[in-house]
Amino acid sequence: MEDMHLIDPLFEPAELKPSRDGFASASVEIGEKDQNVWVLTADVSGSTRANFFERKFPERFVQVGVAEQNMAGVAAGIASEGKTAFVSAYGVFSPGRNWDQIRVSICYNDVPVIFHGSHTGITVGPDGASHQALEDIAITRPIPNMQVLAPADAEEVRKAFWAAYESKRPTYIRTSREKMPVFTTENTPFTLGKANVYREGNDVAIFAIGPLVYESLKAARELEKENIFCAVIDMHTIKPIDKEAIIHWAEKTGLLVSIEDHQINGGLGSAIAEVLAENLPTPLKRHGMLDVFGESGTASDLLKKYSLDAEGIKKTIKEALPMKKR
Amino acid sequence: MYKKITSIKKLKLMANTIRQDVLKMLYEAKSGHSAGSVSLADVFTAMYFNVLRHDPDNSNWEGRDRLILSNGHVCPVMYSAMANVGYFPTEELLTLRKPGSRLQGHPHKGTLPGIENSSGPLGQGLSIAVGMAIVAKRAGKHHRIYAILSDGEHQEGQTWEAILLAAKFRLGNLTAILDRNNIQIDGFTEEILPLEPLAEKFRAFGWHVIEVNGHDISKIISACEETKAVYEKPTMIIAHTIPGKGVPFMEYLTEWHGKPPAKEHLEEALKYLEEERKLIEEE
Repeated sequence: MEDMHLIDPLFEPAELKPSRDGFASASVEIGEKDQNVWVLTADVSGSTRANFFERKFPERFVQVGVAEQNMAGVAAGIASEGKTAFVSAYGVFSPGRNWDQIRVSICYNDVPVIFHGSHTGITVGPDGASHQALEDIAITRPIPNMQVLAPADAEEVRKAFWAAYESKRPTYIRTSREKMPVFTTENTPFTLGKANVYREGNDVAIFAIGPLVYESLKAARELEKENIFCAVIDMHTIKPIDKEAIIHWAEKTGLLVSIEDHQINGGLGSAIAEVLAENLPTPLKRHGMLDVFGESGTASDLLKKYSLDAEGIKKTIKEALPMKKR
Repeated sequence: MYKKITSIKKLKLMANTIRQDVLKMLYEAKSGHSAGSVSLADVFTAMYFNVLRHDPDNSNWEGRDRLILSNGHVCPVMYSAMANVGYFPTEELLTLRKPGSRLQGHPHKGTLPGIENSSGPLGQGLSIAVGMAIVAKRAGKHHRIYAILSDGEHQEGQTWEAILLAAKFRLGNLTAILDRNNIQIDGFTEEILPLEPLAEKFRAFGWHVIEVNGHDISKIISACEETKAVYEKPTMIIAHTIPGKGVPFMEYLTEWHGKPPAKEHLEEALKYLEEERKLIEEE
């Protein structure tokens, strides 16, 4: 296995950070390097971390007010002028509220607008279901020209924005609000469209995204004690999907489990199922939000309630084992 | 750079050519929007043949004025103006809406040189224009951004979001031209969802407002000139138009908003436009 340069020891993380912080560092780094990078926000500059860029480069920052549709259009106009525009808002509102603008003004025009959808997933916590973006992958994934990323921690988010910037393509990158372990490092590889394998195992291959990658690593460690060996794959890019990795692990293990902080319909699990069905039909257990809205609570309470913490993932894997292709 | 036409007579003849083109294109395409496309011939003639600083041979020239069409469904009139001014061969006009054509049913940026934005879903164009105007203003560039809007799309919330933001940034380099033809697909705007008083609304939102007869080419040109002397506000030119103007049997009728002419309509319309052409030439 390639050295992924994760923190060592893996399960005593030195640092907790919300993954949205990765946008703060990336936008400022990229803004320093390239004068043609702009940032827009819709009245959420602090909570989405757009304010870091704003303080440094006010002349390339646009505050549009509570108007996500206009924000997407203005970003398209800015990007049409040879700029790269980062659009930073809550995932529920952007892409939730400006889908048509993303489809036509950005993706059909094929201009480099990169969306930072913060506050995604159930870990948004106390704000409740209205603010928990759980359908954002499903609505962005089918739009032509669009790339969709769901990085695992703040450091990977930083790299994801760099990769999206360098690609010059319309991109949606989802991040989360809650402080989570930063377990990848500066040296952890990141290639847009190429999954990262963090643990090998021959019994089950777990494909996870966002904060659930780390939870899956914890679950895999526990399962090992019961002689169940799981591979854990960080599927940071959902589109373009890494078909090769999916087929490789389907061949190797005969059982895949997808773990996502998103509805199971239309998200990571669906994307994997599409690849399997057309290439190598293999049992797949999709786990995530099971077609229900979330609710208020702390992030850890909610992860527990919806079986998305290490314990819940462990249980899911055990339930899935009988599905395994022999 | 394109050398503008200043003779009103020549401009009127061009508008007449464009009306004829539009009718032939829509007839060939067997679908499309007649009334708005025909009635905007005067506005598009004024823009492409006089107002815009542009270069059809170098459509990406950085110093060009940008023209954003928001209500993409009237694109036949823009295609005809663009072909006649030299962006692409006029022979290509009759490929409108056909497979493989660069003339998509609603404009697509990237397929045809000179198209600044893809459009179709209403209410998106002004936001794009605002983005371009912010970039130009902050960079101290002197090109202008023009946006052509329909009246019906002022029922979309996004249009008003863009109107607010343009005022916030005092975009004196932005001129929107509103085609006030009073019709939309389901009927008259004032019956479907009333928009009036429009001019007062724009003024209250911090815009400079000019109202013109949208069929008087010289007035459209002078309104665009006036906007250049308004530095701290975006301008809304309300161009009052008659839907179907120039084709008597289409005028004022909402039924012509979203359908193409049949063969007998085309013949009748072309005959009328040829007679009108003779009258212009005698002027």
